[in-house]
Amino acid sequence: MECVFGFVGNGFAVVAADTSAVHSILVHKSNEDKIMVLDSHKLIAASGESGDRVQFTEYIQKNVALYQFRNGIPLTTAAAANFTRGELATALRKNPYFVNILLAGYDKETGPSLYYIDYIATLHKVDKGAFGYGSYFSLSMMDRHYHSGMTVEEAIDLVDKCIMEIRSRLVVAPPNFVIKIVDKDGAREYAWRESVKDAAVASA
Amino acid sequence: MARYDRAITVFSPDGHLFQVEYALEAVRKGNAAVGVRGTDIVVLGVEKKSAAKLQDSRSVKKIVNLDDHIALACAGLKADARVLINRARIECQSHRLTVEDPVTVEYITRYIAGLQQKYTQSGGVRPFGLSTLIVGFDPYSGVPALYQTDPSGTFSAWKANATGRNSNSIREFLEKNYKETSGQETIKLAIRALLERG
Repeated sequence: MECVFGFVGNGFAVVAADTSAVHSILVHKSNEDKIMVLDSHKLIAASGESGDRVQFTEYIQKNVALYQFRNGIPLTTAAAANFTRGELATALRKNPYFVNILLAGYDKETGPSLYYIDYIATLHKVDKGAFGYGSYFSLSMMDRHYHSGMTVEEAIDLVDKCIMEIRSRLVVAPPNFVIKIVDKDGAREYAWRESVKDAAVASA
Repeated sequence: MARYDRAITVFSPDGHLFQVEYALEAVRKGNAAVGVRGTDIVVLGVEKKSAAKLQDSRSVKKIVNLDDHIALACAGLKADARVLINRARIECQSHRLTVEDPVTVEYITRYIAGLQQKYTQSGGVRPFGLSTLIVGFDPYSGVPALYQTDPSGTFSAWKANATGRNSNSIREFLEKNYKETSGQETIKLAIRALLERG
């Protein structure tokens, strides 16, 4: 039921993910941020087994930071994607991680890029990608409306179209989404799309 | 006396660990490094010997980052420094991964000193031939800190210190001239200390 999707625009890459943390029939929380800021110019949107998701992405984040301290220069998005894939591949036939990842980044030399990395260590460099049941709807919307070199406004409009489609057509659709963007100025949260706010805890 | 050099796990009759003392000699031959703690700043300075003409001096890093908030300078065997710094950098990230918090300056100093001590009590290895000056700000309290470690594995906090060549005279200068400073004043104190050659 987890929905993660994203695509590349003109000088930026945008990713959106649902924000529900679910266990069987129970929704633990509906404001779980599944898009991690990997470093100043990279985002990692992950879906899958929630323990694996956090463990694996934090492990990747710390190793990316270590590389930067050792070498005085950050990893490129392609290098980070290949490293991530390598870790998934190594663990695959022993102790696999059930995590699907969209890695979005911006490099000064090559601009924005998006990498599709699934839990069995597939790696593809893509213009648009999606995971989960929501992908049936978001990929179709993106196939219809995506073109290369979209502006941020056009891109967010497309993201909203995808969210609308997921909300209306997926039987157990997640109510809330978070949208993050990465461009030359860095990786940052763009917006939340909430249809259900977590109730505030009543004071004792 | 020479008989007690070979295996560093052996004490000499008068209670010395000669390999550790010889390591301290190696430190004394290294480039001077100075550290000064101010109220809102910590300063590290290192002496840069005139480089060989054909050498790209930018590739010789004498002050390094261990993490976003911790820096290290050292005097002694630079190759040993690379190994120690690498282990410290890994520990900084490992700490962040396991407890979701950055290291304190004291924690990473204790870790480095612990590593240096291990190599004074193992078979077939020699101590690291370097003393380090570690600076940073406590990630929670924001308090600045300066620590020093040496090949024996001891460490302590300092208001200002020097290690390497001429460290005694530089330390004397600091003892005479140290006062609580901030910002540019602290930087000036560190530079003046380095310029003070024995």
